[in-house]
Amino acid sequence: MTKQVQELDHVIIRFAGDSGDGMQLTGDRFTQETAIFGNDLSTLPNFPAEIRAPAGTLPGVSSFQLHFADHDILTPGDAPDVLVAMNPAALAANLKDLPRGADLIVNTDEFTKRNLSKAGYDANPLDDDSIAQAYSLHPVPLTSLTVKALEDIDITRKDAERAKNMFALGLLSWLYGRPAEGTLAFLEAKFGKKPEVYKANVTAFQAGWSYGETTEDFSVRYEVKAASLARGKYRNITGNTALSYGLIAASKLSKLPLFLGSYPITPASDVLHELAKHKRFGVRTFQAEDEIAAVGSALGAAFGGSLAVTTTSGPGMVLKAETVGLAVSVELPLIVCDIQRAGPSTGMPTKTEQADLLMALFGRNGESPVPVVAAASPSDCFHAAIEAARIAVTYRTPVVLLSDGYLANGSEPWRIPEISSLPDLSAEFAFTTSPNPADNGGGFQPFRRDPATLARPWAIPGTPGLEHRIGGIEKADGAGSISYDPVNHDLMVRTRQAKIDGIAASIPDLEVDDPDGDARVLVLGWGSTYGSIGAAARRVRRAGHPVAQAHLRHLNPFPANLGDVLRRYDKILVPEINLGQLALLLRGKFLVDVISYNRVRGLPFRAAELAEAIEEVITHA
Amino acid sequence: MPNTDIPNGSSRLRSLTLVPHESGLATRDFKSDQEVRWCPGCGDYAILAAFQSFLPSLEVPRENIVVVSGIGCSSRLPYYVNSYGMHSIHGRAPAIASGLAASRRDLSVWVITGDGDALSIGGNHLIHALRRNVNIKILLFNNRIYGLTKGQYSPTSERGKVTKSTPFGSLDEPFNPVSLALGAGASFVARSVDSDRKHLQSVLRAAADHEGAAFIEVFQNCPIFNDDAFAGVKQPSAPGLIRLSHGSPIRFGPEESMGLTLGAYGALEAVPASSVPSSSLVTHDETLEDPSYAFALSRLDNGDFSHTPIGVFRSVERPSYDSLMASQISEAQAASSHTDGDGDVDALAALIAGNDTWEVA
Repeated sequence: MTKQVQELDHVIIRFAGDSGDGMQLTGDRFTQETAIFGNDLSTLPNFPAEIRAPAGTLPGVSSFQLHFADHDILTPGDAPDVLVAMNPAALAANLKDLPRGADLIVNTDEFTKRNLSKAGYDANPLDDDSIAQAYSLHPVPLTSLTVKALEDIDITRKDAERAKNMFALGLLSWLYGRPAEGTLAFLEAKFGKKPEVYKANVTAFQAGWSYGETTEDFSVRYEVKAASLARGKYRNITGNTALSYGLIAASKLSKLPLFLGSYPITPASDVLHELAKHKRFGVRTFQAEDEIAAVGSALGAAFGGSLAVTTTSGPGMVLKAETVGLAVSVELPLIVCDIQRAGPSTGMPTKTEQADLLMALFGRNGESPVPVVAAASPSDCFHAAIEAARIAVTYRTPVVLLSDGYLANGSEPWRIPEISSLPDLSAEFAFTTSPNPADNGGGFQPFRRDPATLARPWAIPGTPGLEHRIGGIEKADGAGSISYDPVNHDLMVRTRQAKIDGIAASIPDLEVDDPDGDARVLVLGWGSTYGSIGAAARRVRRAGHPVAQAHLRHLNPFPANLGDVLRRYDKILVPEINLGQLALLLRGKFLVDVISYNRVRGLPFRAAELAEAIEEVITHA
Repeated sequence: MPNTDIPNGSSRLRSLTLVPHESGLATRDFKSDQEVRWCPGCGDYAILAAFQSFLPSLEVPRENIVVVSGIGCSSRLPYYVNSYGMHSIHGRAPAIASGLAASRRDLSVWVITGDGDALSIGGNHLIHALRRNVNIKILLFNNRIYGLTKGQYSPTSERGKVTKSTPFGSLDEPFNPVSLALGAGASFVARSVDSDRKHLQSVLRAAADHEGAAFIEVFQNCPIFNDDAFAGVKQPSAPGLIRLSHGSPIRFGPEESMGLTLGAYGALEAVPASSVPSSSLVTHDETLEDPSYAFALSRLDNGDFSHTPIGVFRSVERPSYDSLMASQISEAQAASSHTDGDGDVDALAALIAGNDTWEVA
């Protein structure tokens, strides 16, 4: 049967099921197929913190949303065009996000009395006309079709049922004309050693594909043409992988061995997992006994001349604070990666948030300035990590690198950079007496500073003639010996601050995107809201309203021109996934009455709501 | 960065086989220009002097020695040793030293800590450093009191200790640091006394000859807040002092009249040596894989110094964490097709590209 093909410019699909249903894997595979096909894409995995929440319940629902298009896109999309619901709980948890007219594919086999009751349904909602009228409903007995397709394979019924996610993937792959080769190769690599399981997954995938081709329920298949992206070689990448690669790249670019001290914590653990794989690059990963030892071991390695890193999330940042303060005091390079999650306390470990900004800046005792760099998108984590390393080694300071759960697990196509295009980090320092005279001038001064950067020498053990002692007690300017002198302390406090403030001279000016140059309203963001804000700004401009957009990578120090930029606009809207932390900084530093826009739901902003907020400000500007 | 992987080839102490060699250093080479600021009569002076005059015997250049400490009176020691040093934060020295030693096998890394630093606020780091067996040497100065905060009871103070924070006497049982270290699986555990320089230096040397984590408890007198806490073992002829010597029968007391026998459930019992056949007397063996005997030795000391062993309780060979880490890295590098120079760039390019790429023309 020849099916009608309908062309679309973009599609948003959400796979939702029980956390044991393999929805993240299904989403990952569909994403990979889509990336290889050449669409632009953006993803939003959303899963519970519990590894296996009680099966079939609302808290156990795991979902994966993918937005792909024939043009460049910035977000995983506000609302799905297609929802695949593997059980009643997945339907109940996601139906409210589904716009009228959207496609709804449900696994009818799971709509049993027991499962309906677990999801809070008194009656089967599929029997109710309201769903069939509101959506384009495709009831598919996914489980039984999968089991039937696998009846000749020697596996248990339970294992056969587990392959139903591959049936769903096959069906969706057919529906959107995705290339299957990558998934087949993936299954071979994953299950090659278990031939029956491999066969079952491939057969389920093919059965799903064939089901789409033959059933009359799906009369149309869709086509989303490849996007015309900039020339180059691309891959799909998540934020945590990009961050890991950025750290390895920074190690090579600085010619310093990479040391990671880390303690497992969601959503940062994948950086530890990734770096642990790459010992051939000389990477040392140290899984410490706690967050404190994780950062402590990293500081010890920094003292020894490593490019030292610790990775964590909010609760771990709190524990590391004392050691980061020591790093401020001893002025050693240290990269502290905070993959933020919803707080306070344990909060919502798998959900995203931007509420650690003020902690990164101020969460230590005493005057303890620390540079803060934030990544804007999953692939940008690569470059942000290199930038954090540049600042750390150049200025001999701990640097906080902020990512978040959305960037960590979300993915997007990435134009792979040429290694030669990356900055050389090795020229800025050497393990020598510098900025002391080469002959030491009669005595090595560990706190004698480079006049341009105010950085002190990074004199590592093993270097003859530079023996010195450092510690958390206040040090005499230059000589570095213990000092309780009041005037010296005032000088050292101001000097440490001046060193961090001076980093602004090395960072690019803030660029403003204002296509027509006539905007009176600026939307200013930082971190992972880059995509949502960009998508919202496009909508507003399409509606005929000029709006300017700027995005901060450096949160401390700010780019030198930030004050000028702020004063250029009548109104400044600052959207944040917190209660206005950047807004507080901007008001305090620049006396500019910015307008905060805040939603703290553990999810990225929706472009539509941001667009509405921007238009509201423009209307009143 | 100096090459960290060239063995120096000499018959060095076992923790120093990758550390550069330099002879001819003297005690004065390890004295820094900082004025020593402990209270008059503090046991820390004696330990510092013993440490400084011991360091030349390592035959390690000053720049390859690193002393890392936490917070407390004892933790001021790095300032007084002319090597590299870090006076860090309370309890964290073992963690910081672990990162340093794991990444720099060409260094001789010493941790200076106290009973509050190592056993209270830093207890977690201590046990994990010992379990992990990183090549660091930990000297715990045990004065059974908080000195720097002016005299509160510590985790090694005897129960009932009357201090500023416990005017009615402390309520909690003290740690026995040697038992704790053995329980954590330490591969080297020893005890010495601040005033016995010769013994302390022999234990330091044994620690340096051990590849992996070494733990040394040093009884240290605090003349201000806990004076004479160790009076019971300070006299060379102290009746309860048991000097351990590997391979020798354990004898102590007046004219070495006492010995140890193996009692019920593996406990050790002090008996007059003449009361049992000499074959029943315990001969000290620090190399036993099973830590039960060393633990039984540590339990002889019930706090009243009636039987207090000093010396090396346990010294067993176990691969150090840093050597295992280095092996994993060198194996991974040997298995890799890319080596150095441009190979590095190619390897990095291959890494970040991964296996699933596509071209946009």
